[in-house]
Amino acid sequence: MKRYGEHRFPGKLFIVEGIDGSGKSTQLMLLHQWLQAEGYGTVFSEWNSSPLVKETTRRGKKKQMLTPATFSLIHATDFADRMEHNIIPLLKAGAVVLCDRYIYTAFARDVVRGMDPKWVRELYSFAVKPTGAFYYRVPLDVAMKRILDGRTGVKFYEAGMDLGLSEDEEESFKLFQGRILEEYEKMVPEFDLIAVDATQPIEEQQSQMRQTVKAKLAQAKRLRVAP
Amino acid sequence: MRETYGVVLPGMSLADLTGKLIVIEGTDGVGRSTQIRLLKPWLEQQGRAVLETGMTRSSLAGSGIKQAKEGHTLGRITLSLFYSTDFADRLENEIVPALRAGFVVLTDRYTYSLMARAMVRGIDPAWIRNAYSFALKPDAVFYLRIGVDDLIPRVVFSSGFDYWESGMDLHPSEDMYESFLKYQTSLLQQFDRLGEEYGFEVVDASADVRSVFERLRDGIGRVLSGEPREPLFAVQRPKETAETGPESKAVEVPAPGKVVAAGTDN
Repeated sequence: MKRYGEHRFPGKLFIVEGIDGSGKSTQLMLLHQWLQAEGYGTVFSEWNSSPLVKETTRRGKKKQMLTPATFSLIHATDFADRMEHNIIPLLKAGAVVLCDRYIYTAFARDVVRGMDPKWVRELYSFAVKPTGAFYYRVPLDVAMKRILDGRTGVKFYEAGMDLGLSEDEEESFKLFQGRILEEYEKMVPEFDLIAVDATQPIEEQQSQMRQTVKAKLAQAKRLRVAP
Repeated sequence: MRETYGVVLPGMSLADLTGKLIVIEGTDGVGRSTQIRLLKPWLEQQGRAVLETGMTRSSLAGSGIKQAKEGHTLGRITLSLFYSTDFADRLENEIVPALRAGFVVLTDRYTYSLMARAMVRGIDPAWIRNAYSFALKPDAVFYLRIGVDDLIPRVVFSSGFDYWESGMDLHPSEDMYESFLKYQTSLLQQFDRLGEEYGFEVVDASADVRSVFERLRDGIGRVLSGEPREPLFAVQRPKETAETGPESKAVEVPAPGKVVAAGTDN
């Protein structure tokens, strides 16, 4: 069983992290377009891929059966399934794999829910260390404005309602995301996350991202995809 | 106060867990469920409320694990974590509330079986110990120990060879018998190692159902009365009940003839 940092694969793994409304998904989508145009075999790995685990997660969330412990463990189960059946085979095949959220999301959420930080890190130690991990740093009020403009409401666990921070969903969401932000900030030095100022114009952020990715891909072979 | 093997889950108070947590461990086909079926009424006759629980019985993850095992689709880390989810759900929703209410919790296997199976499949021992480090330390673990040679006839004449219990995921090219031998041999080695580490009380499960029951009844009787336990991890011979004396409680022990056959444990 290989641990974080011990895996050596021909493929490359780039991931984005940040709170909701940080614009990380937009940045990853733009990177995907560019990598494909450059001729890299690029695969987007979706969150929640296993139908079986997904069913358990969905039921647990819908019926609000999840405690901090089972929330943490069921997400780790789902992530392990993606790692074993999706991400690792793709990296072995030499693909460039892109993930919207990675283990750092779990570290932030689970620790805010009261799980032991060391325990969660060890739980996910089977994960492949990303070639590049981008963290989209955004002030809470900017993110909140972006989200609440575009949505009708937030879901129970998304708002951290299980923590009982506030009866009001919007207020709870704000408090919860604020704590998530604090956890992300601790992880920037711990895991060498590449912090990007997510208040800059989108094209500016994308150009920085491409430069960094380009440098890290210099020695990677191009897995050509037939047109 | 009760302890865990490491971390304490958020919101779980370890104070006032006055019940007793008793684990029956052992490999598949060893007769755990038969013994639990005898122990529960015996405890209830003495006025003890009993909660019986076992693996993959959680309302959250139990059915998902069963489906996943039918399809043989999950990787070994994924399956370990799925089991851990199931265990956490039962710990929080069944075991801890029952202990708080003063019940005797009889559990058909605990984290040790799950650890042994994972380690046989090449999972890092330090990783799996961490994954289960939120588990409560039980009051006693009775390990029903059996050699592979004694195990084979029991399995053949009850449920037959099972894909997972034969480790077919590890030796897909073998026939089930060959695979079963290899798998159960390494599983028993892991159990023995865990037994030393965690201080299991070993019960020789090759004996007849009645003798095994008497050994368990004596051991559990000691735990409930707070008497010191027997020396750790020494394989015990079935002994005369006259030595310990709890037969004076006039408990009805089923005659060997009317005992149910070993159940189909999964």
